[in-house]
Amino acid sequence: MDKFRANLMVCGGTGCIASGGLKVKHALEEELKNKGLDKEINIVLTGCNGFCAEGPIMTVYPDGIFYEKLTPEDVPVIVEEHLLKGRPVQRLMYKEPEKKQIVPVMREIPFFNLQVLRALRNKGLIDPEKIEEYIARDGYRAAAKALTGMTPADIVKEVKSSGLRGRGGAGFPTGLKWELCARVPGPLKFILCNGDEGDPGAFMDRSVMEADPHVVLEGMIIGARAIGASKGYIYVRAEYPLAVQRLQKAIDDARAYGLLGENILGTGFSLDIEIYQGAGAFVCGEETALMRSIEGKRGMPIPRPPFPAVQGLWKKPTVLNNVETYANIPSIIINGADWFKSLGTEKSTGTKVFALTGAVNNIGLIEVPMGIPLKKVIFDIGGGIKKGRKFKAVQLGGPSGGCIPEHLLDTPVTYEDIVQTGAIVGSGGMVVIDNYNCMVSVAKFFLEFTTDESCGKCPPCRIGTKVMHDKLVDITEGRGREGDIELLQDLAQDIINTSLCGLGQTAPNPVLSTIRYFRDEYESHIKEGWCKAGVCRPLVTFYVDPETCKGCGACARVCPQKAVSGEKKQPHVINQELCIKCRSCYEACKFGALKIGPGSLRQELLARAKGVETI
Amino acid sequence: MQKLTIDDLKKIKEQYAATFNLREGGYRAKVTVHMGTCGIAAGARAVMNAVVEELANGNVKDVIVTASGCAGFCSKEPMATVEILGAAPVKYCCLDAEKMKRIFREHIQQGNIVEEYALVMGSETSY
Ligand SMILES: Cc1cc2nc3c(=O)[nH]c(=O)nc-3n(C[C@H](O)[C@H](O)[C@H](O)COP(=O)(O)O)c2cc1C
Ligand code: FES
Repeated sequence: MDKFRANLMVCGGTGCIASGGLKVKHALEEELKNKGLDKEINIVLTGCNGFCAEGPIMTVYPDGIFYEKLTPEDVPVIVEEHLLKGRPVQRLMYKEPEKKQIVPVMREIPFFNLQVLRALRNKGLIDPEKIEEYIARDGYRAAAKALTGMTPADIVKEVKSSGLRGRGGAGFPTGLKWELCARVPGPLKFILCNGDEGDPGAFMDRSVMEADPHVVLEGMIIGARAIGASKGYIYVRAEYPLAVQRLQKAIDDARAYGLLGENILGTGFSLDIEIYQGAGAFVCGEETALMRSIEGKRGMPIPRPPFPAVQGLWKKPTVLNNVETYANIPSIIINGADWFKSLGTEKSTGTKVFALTGAVNNIGLIEVPMGIPLKKVIFDIGGGIKKGRKFKAVQLGGPSGGCIPEHLLDTPVTYEDIVQTGAIVGSGGMVVIDNYNCMVSVAKFFLEFTTDESCGKCPPCRIGTKVMHDKLVDITEGRGREGDIELLQDLAQDIINTSLCGLGQTAPNPVLSTIRYFRDEYESHIKEGWCKAGVCRPLVTFYVDPETCKGCGACARVCPQKAVSGEKKQPHVINQELCIKCRSCYEACKFGALKIGPGSLRQELLARAKGVETI
Repeated sequence: MQKLTIDDLKKIKEQYAATFNLREGGYRAKVTVHMGTCGIAAGARAVMNAVVEELANGNVKDVIVTASGCAGFCSKEPMATVEILGAAPVKYCCLDAEKMKRIFREHIQQGNIVEEYALVMGSETSY
């Protein structure tokens, strides 16, 4: 079957034919041929649409634009403007009677038009609990192809040449991983799926498992065939009950249909898959710890080599891939490596799913071609920063990643470019941070997380992260000293070099990257006792600048302590005795009259206030 | 259930194509309530119940109702997509039961998009 870029549904109902529908259709055929589009765009004559009075009518898919009262003369305009240039012809579009406002179409809204759905192709479209709907969307066609028309080596070759890299964080080439495991002889091998998703703020994998569980199973079937595995596990945290439930239903249905189990699709190939529920420890997302956890042991990493491809689960050759990695496999098998590579850059092919959250207007689950500049993701798809605040940094890669500042926002989202900035693409958490945030506190937040989540097996990570965290607490509470920044940097290097697993080896990254781009904030905390973002309470004093204050009273109204006072239209004053530094007044002031001073200013102001009284 | 062969896959595909293609299914409209964790947390179940209630009360038979996963725009959940035969799908956002009932009556039953609640029209690009 030919693949068409667009379908033109021309109404062939009696009403539309009477008003000239066929003439429009013929004009379209002519015009498409003239413009050389007849191979790309398909014309379908439909039954009556019930809009006979507005006929002849036509709907253009996939954008779903509805044209009415067409004449053959309108055809060249539509072909030129809409089909070639992508600008629907407003004049001919259906408008609701009386109302002039038109609901915007997807291609006009950056949130939708900059996205390309591959891993998420069934997102919101199919009922995840109905295997038939997945099959109707070409589901299990790739598995059938891989099991009947391809050798394991063919599959490996296709995935290798697609350039697909693991979406779980490290970005290791998937085809290569499969090849390494396929080479190891052995009657029993395992294929595992990593659905642990431990990064704070990330929810990509959960959404895929919830919205399209069969795509994960199909990816695993293809992988199993490539490496020769007969048993699979999906490791999902128990905190994802809906994902577990839908995956389980998917597994049950696939088994009942003979798409899992013995002799899949009558091809002689067998694979069974089970869910293993994890208890939600971050370290259990690390591959060797994850395998220990499935074995029923405490989830702690072990040194590599031997690599899991050689000795993994129960010491058998094992491949572990991320949920999103598997979600990309079926379409690579169906459409081929070249199709996959047609998006992205040379070293980072395809698309990447991100969980976009934080200070942006549009929070959501998005899929973009690799290579898109960060700026476009944050400002076009994300719709910019909430509440009219300013962009400060974007955090990528969670506790293993780093913060990217404004001047690097043109950086394309690729594995190689993002690493240059000191962050990593990671598994897809993208947290946008605004100017109301203190970067030392951001680093402290991540270190607190890794300190908690460190498994405790190796000292550099167990003790090192704790020492780093303590230092950060000191700095944010006013006990910072000269030399602390250098100490943090030294410690960070040692932890990176000597930790056992990826958790420890990457834990210092959030600190290093904030020191790299926001060193001035560390310095003002340490040297001036001043958190200029107004976050670290011991290091701030809020005060009203009498010159700018208009006396509107907004600050006084929001203060929970009733610490702000002043006459209408007269400069207001904060009573420092009462102020608890909650920052409400600062956020309420529309004139920028509320200022953030260093922590020491409070004493000064208190003394001055007392002085006034005694005089 | 019987064990499938590759031919059976094709048959199922054709048979269920109707769910995605109203034209072939003899349906007039389809409502998809997006029920990922984000949607459910924001109240998608109440929205779903509202649709089911309207269907039952009006004894409506030519509308398919289905649940699906996250629509991707988590900050605007609960969301639902309404597709009327021959027209572009419309995505509604920030829904509750009352809004859904109004959408059911005005858009699904009478064909008038409820613009106040509509977010966007059309389908997403997938390759
Ligand atoms: C501390 C730590 C946590 C990890 N958490 C996850 C996770 O939640 N999900 C995931 O897919 N990979 C995680 N990884 C990466 C895995 O170890 C492994 O590289 C990945 O699952 C391989 O799949 P991929 O090649 O498809 O990305 C984590 C690694 C470390 C060191
Ligand atoms: S938990 Fe792996 S290095 Fe500490």
